[in-house]
Amino acid sequence: MSTVAVEVTPTMPEVHYLNADYGWRSWLFTTDHKRIAWLYLFAITGFFAVGGLMATLMRLNLIEPQGALMEPASYNKLFTAHGLIMIFFFLAPSIPTVLGNFLIPIMIGARDVAFPKLNLLSWYIFMLAGSVFMLAVIRGGVDTGWTLYTPLSTTYANGHVLSAAVGIFISGFSSILTGLNFMVTIHKMRAPGMTWFRLPLFIWSLYATSVIFILAMPVIAITLALIALERVFHVGIFDPALGGDPILFQHLFWFFGHPEVYILILPSMGVVSELVAAGCRKRIFGYSFVAFSSVAIAAISFMVWGHHMFLTGQSVYAGFVFSALSFAVAIPSAIKVFNWTATMHKASVSYDTPMLYAIGFIGLFTIGGLTGLFLASLGTDVHLHDTYFVVAHFHYVMVGGAIMGYLGGLHLWWPKMTGKLYPEAWARFACLLVFAGFNLTFGPQFILGYLGMPRRYAVYPPEFQVLNVMSSAGASILAVGYFIPLVYFTWSAFKGPIAGPNPWGAKGLEWTIPSPPPTNNFEETPIVTQEAYAYGPEEAHVG
Amino acid sequence: MLAPFQPPEASTLSVEWDYLYYFLTALTIFFAGLIFATVFYFAIKYRRRDKNEVPPQYEGNLPLELTWTIVPAGICVFIFIWSAHLFMRASTPPPAATEIFVVGKQWMWKIQHPEGPREINELHVPVNAPIKLTMTSEDVIHDFGVPAFRIKRDVVPGMYSTEWFEATQTGQFHLFCDQFCGMGHSTMVGTVFVMSHADYARWLASQMNAKPMFATGERLYGQLGCDTCHTPDGKPGVPPLRGLYGSEVKLQNGKTVTADDAYLRESILGPEAIVGYPPTMPTYQGQLNEEEVLQLIAYIKSLGPPGERKATKQ
Amino acid sequence: MPTDRRRPTLADAPFGAVPVAHQFDDFEQQTTADTFGMWLFLATEVLFFGGLFCGYSLYRNLYFDAFTAGSHLLKVKYGAFYTVLLICSSLTMALGVRSAQLRRRTALTVYLILTWIMGFAFVFIKLRYEWYGDYLEGLAPGVHWAPSSESMEMIRHFHATVPHVGLFFIFYFCMTGLHALHMIVGVGLLTTLLIFTRQGRVTGGNYNWVEIVGLYWHFVDIVWIFLFPLLYLIGGRYV
Repeated sequence: MSTVAVEVTPTMPEVHYLNADYGWRSWLFTTDHKRIAWLYLFAITGFFAVGGLMATLMRLNLIEPQGALMEPASYNKLFTAHGLIMIFFFLAPSIPTVLGNFLIPIMIGARDVAFPKLNLLSWYIFMLAGSVFMLAVIRGGVDTGWTLYTPLSTTYANGHVLSAAVGIFISGFSSILTGLNFMVTIHKMRAPGMTWFRLPLFIWSLYATSVIFILAMPVIAITLALIALERVFHVGIFDPALGGDPILFQHLFWFFGHPEVYILILPSMGVVSELVAAGCRKRIFGYSFVAFSSVAIAAISFMVWGHHMFLTGQSVYAGFVFSALSFAVAIPSAIKVFNWTATMHKASVSYDTPMLYAIGFIGLFTIGGLTGLFLASLGTDVHLHDTYFVVAHFHYVMVGGAIMGYLGGLHLWWPKMTGKLYPEAWARFACLLVFAGFNLTFGPQFILGYLGMPRRYAVYPPEFQVLNVMSSAGASILAVGYFIPLVYFTWSAFKGPIAGPNPWGAKGLEWTIPSPPPTNNFEETPIVTQEAYAYGPEEAHVG
Repeated sequence: MLAPFQPPEASTLSVEWDYLYYFLTALTIFFAGLIFATVFYFAIKYRRRDKNEVPPQYEGNLPLELTWTIVPAGICVFIFIWSAHLFMRASTPPPAATEIFVVGKQWMWKIQHPEGPREINELHVPVNAPIKLTMTSEDVIHDFGVPAFRIKRDVVPGMYSTEWFEATQTGQFHLFCDQFCGMGHSTMVGTVFVMSHADYARWLASQMNAKPMFATGERLYGQLGCDTCHTPDGKPGVPPLRGLYGSEVKLQNGKTVTADDAYLRESILGPEAIVGYPPTMPTYQGQLNEEEVLQLIAYIKSLGPPGERKATKQ
Repeated sequence: MPTDRRRPTLADAPFGAVPVAHQFDDFEQQTTADTFGMWLFLATEVLFFGGLFCGYSLYRNLYFDAFTAGSHLLKVKYGAFYTVLLICSSLTMALGVRSAQLRRRTALTVYLILTWIMGFAFVFIKLRYEWYGDYLEGLAPGVHWAPSSESMEMIRHFHATVPHVGLFFIFYFCMTGLHALHMIVGVGLLTTLLIFTRQGRVTGGNYNWVEIVGLYWHFVDIVWIFLFPLLYLIGGRYV
């Protein structure tokens, strides 16, 4: 174990990307990837608040078996909006557009992304999409579930399906352009010496995510267009009365829908690699295995969509194929978890918040992933399909997994983005609240699902009440846990202590430049000679 | 029985299902516990003691990587085979199963026994007898789920889906709609009443004025003018109906299909041309609801193989 | 002090040099990045059209007779004309790219104009004559679906049912409509290119933009090459 005795007082540069230019025009017409990351950060935090409010109302309603707050019609609109907002307007953008935008050029040694103006356009498209969608919600909402199954959504639903579909359609283009931008950036703009296998694993994950963006999003776009067509012209594409096939919709939707959930988790896995490497001051164990796992997950994710449709009437043999492939896609995720755990062996494990979130992720994602096996396996899926077991499973991976990764990344790179440190004690407290609240919210839901409580139910048999109340109690703790960072992050941006270029003593190109970075990131293009996470026998400087 | 954390094990497949479920639960707890424990242990044993310390760096370990790739893969193969086997059995009704018909619509379940009784949101069945449900929807996709039997199947408009069970306990069990179907989704629930054979027979008898399905079907057959062209044994230009159910049919587009429930339904609502007959059958789409189609199919099934006629209930 | 992020123009570049955006290290990085970006975008377009091709395949398999009947009801002469038109336009586009590479501004302008005319003709004739004609014949589901007696003859000849033929026409309008939309965008891109050409911005050695628009144009052409047989010819019309 080597150490270093040098201490440097952290300083902030006089001119950096935040103060290089003033005025609303310098923000709304910026092409600086770092400022665009902030634009996205504000947008998605707003959407998270809206989606979270809806979840709060839902869980409050579920305290009573007959509904404590509202009629089923309203409840149906709430869970539909909650799902659509959280997936399309919070989770999918979160890490790629905030952390990805900020860090990808810096981590590869570039001055900006390949197409900065396209990057800004992506944000405007995203805002337009969000506005159209929120307008649909405000005008009365949609009550079809986020999966928009036909013929309910096309023929029978009375809500604003068309405008909601248009909003999601537009948001897809924002994602496609972002994915395209990232792929070109990573391919073409790496600094000299930055070979593929010297890239941080965060970049590998975002690259895999971008591949899924550009291949899966167009499919949901055309599917939504077909729904819109059917609603406007009343033609029978998915209507059995006119010869249409409602299951065709499900195939098209889930061909997008399954890769979409890997869009939600892959970036977070990339962040966790960074959190663990920095939090352990150690090169990630099995780097190439983790890198290839990201690519394998992206590839196999396109082959498993039928596992959402085991019970719709597709042939049993198709079910066999999809089930087998669904098990296959779990293996690379398991490999990652094992490698992160092994990285902690004989490491120097920090108890700072980023590492706490990483540890939380590893545990909760493991549970989420393993409970996915219950659903991938044909026999057990029969009973658990469309119950709260599924709800618990995907919240474990998306909230216990993806959101914890996002929060961990925000904490790790907040000093880089703002030049300030957040208050560590409050952050650790909030992390523990989130962990405890989350488990209390979603743990009981596994049991509810096994008992048979269906999802999307506004009212339920009285014997399920105790578990529902436990879940709602957990949700209130979780809400507090999410609110606290909002407060201390805002505080720290103005009043926090100065961070300096490398408060964590971590390795990576982003830690070699000032906090906050200058607009062009690097004074001169770095030449990369080391592997990623080269903590090596050389000394680590803190500060 | 781990009530209140376990639904009743009320069918032949429930117990088997629970075995697999508990195996997966144990696996989950084991591996999650293993990871949690390892992470905790490492986090404490290797905690950072000095602000500036850097641990020794070392590469990966190929044998370890291969082990923790192959062992999980092996476990997955094992689970897959067990589960697929269970699914295959859950999807294959025994040939002797009694058929009961279910039509779902927003937001109720309409159940029709072949002997005649019809129920709304309730299903009476005898214990220890295999029951096959043939289901369709009149509007959107629903799902007929009975947690106690560990069964569930989507009920899709425009096609028939089937599921089967054999109840092993008498009692009342929840029936839920398990595919979101609109405003009344959470109230599209019901009860499955499993009764002893004696009680079930008494219940059947108590359903007054319940004509058997095929009899209702026969009446429709006359009312809709099917007999204008069709006779049970066929005539030139019109295929016979006797013995049709279950036989092989050659279509004019070259395919050969088995005349099952779905084929009969399509033939009534949107007929395809058959080899050897002119395509003159009109479609009855829009003139019949799903229950009436099922009754007609019951009648056609009752015509039995050529030369034979099934005993009718007088 | 505000950073100098003003976009470099030809005026900034010394004679013979070509402007490079600030995020790129050199001209070569810029052109390979731009071209790669367009290829990725075309990949998304394949998936975009792919959903429609998927649905079409499914329904063609389910309702073979109806799709055959529907195919026979299309105006195949128009389809063939478009095919020839688009292949020629791809030729002129390729020649335009060559002209840009050789820095021949006049030749490039001519070829771009020719491509533009053919693209515009495609869209105009399709919408004004073919689609409007289908509408008048009552073959537009959702808008005016009332097949004429000749059409009904054709449908009965193939033992198809009218709603299933309607499904064919939905896909016909969707697929050709999406394609026409892409043609309109292509015509817009050509217009922009023409403006750039007159400004001398693409014949100073940086022909990349012409090549990229060329890639897009060829892609849209290839989509038509798939659409034409699948929609117009597959009914065994000339068999």
